[in-house]
Amino acid sequence: MEDFDFIEIKVPAKAEYVGVVRLTTSGIANRMGFSYEEIEDLKVAISEAMTNAATHAYDDKEEGEVTVGFGLYEDRLEVMVADHGGSFDLSVVKQDIGPYQQHESVENLREGGFGLFLIDALMDKVEIKNDYGVIVLMTKYLHENEVGLDDDQISTTQ
Amino acid sequence: MNINLEVEVVNQESSALVSLTGEIDAYTAPKLKDALLPLTKREGYLVEVNLDKVTYMDSTGLGVFVGALKSTKEHNSQLKLVQLQDRVLRLFEITGLDSIITIDSTVRGGN
Repeated sequence: MEDFDFIEIKVPAKAEYVGVVRLTTSGIANRMGFSYEEIEDLKVAISEAMTNAATHAYDDKEEGEVTVGFGLYEDRLEVMVADHGGSFDLSVVKQDIGPYQQHESVENLREGGFGLFLIDALMDKVEIKNDYGVIVLMTKYLHENEVGLDDDQISTTQ
Repeated sequence: MNINLEVEVVNQESSALVSLTGEIDAYTAPKLKDALLPLTKREGYLVEVNLDKVTYMDSTGLGVFVGALKSTKEHNSQLKLVQLQDRVLRLFEITGLDSIITIDSTVRGGN
């Protein structure tokens, strides 16, 4: 089995903890050696997932938790954001994602529903499971462009 | 690192300058919305928002600005965003919002 470190945090499903999860993300990504740009991408993507979990899942309830799991692999970071409070209709959510089109009238512009679109744009891989609550699983690879370079360097020293 | 948001409004005769400092996310976006929306409801008013010191923003911030833009169309006012940092500007570009909202990024914000 592939070796990895795992970090899990649980926070109340409230907006004020989105920033806390974002700072944690920043620390972990920094530790792994992601670039400044990549860390900023990760911060937005994970905040979006956390915001979705905090707003969608517990509309009717006062209490609730969001679990964020970080899988630290040699070549990538996998982040899982899960709520167990409920679920949203994925087909409805999917209708809402995509960039704005220039011809759209201002009156029809939507003010929400951009979270998943941004997650998709900023991460390398995104999976959503909707069985028990909602789980968003996101992957970002470390220094994608340098893998080939490192391989070459190894072969020349042999 | 400041994970809160400070909103400073300077009103002039026919315009308002809104200076933001900090991060715009699900927690701080309502505060921005509360400050921004009333300004856009003034007929003929120009609302200029300076994002020079906004170090983080996500889709909740985009939502507030889209809401403010809609309000300007209803009340015949104007919204303009200035001095966005590259990271913040990028989100407007990815979502295509930069073609709909007036953004002056000729003077970029710094870190």
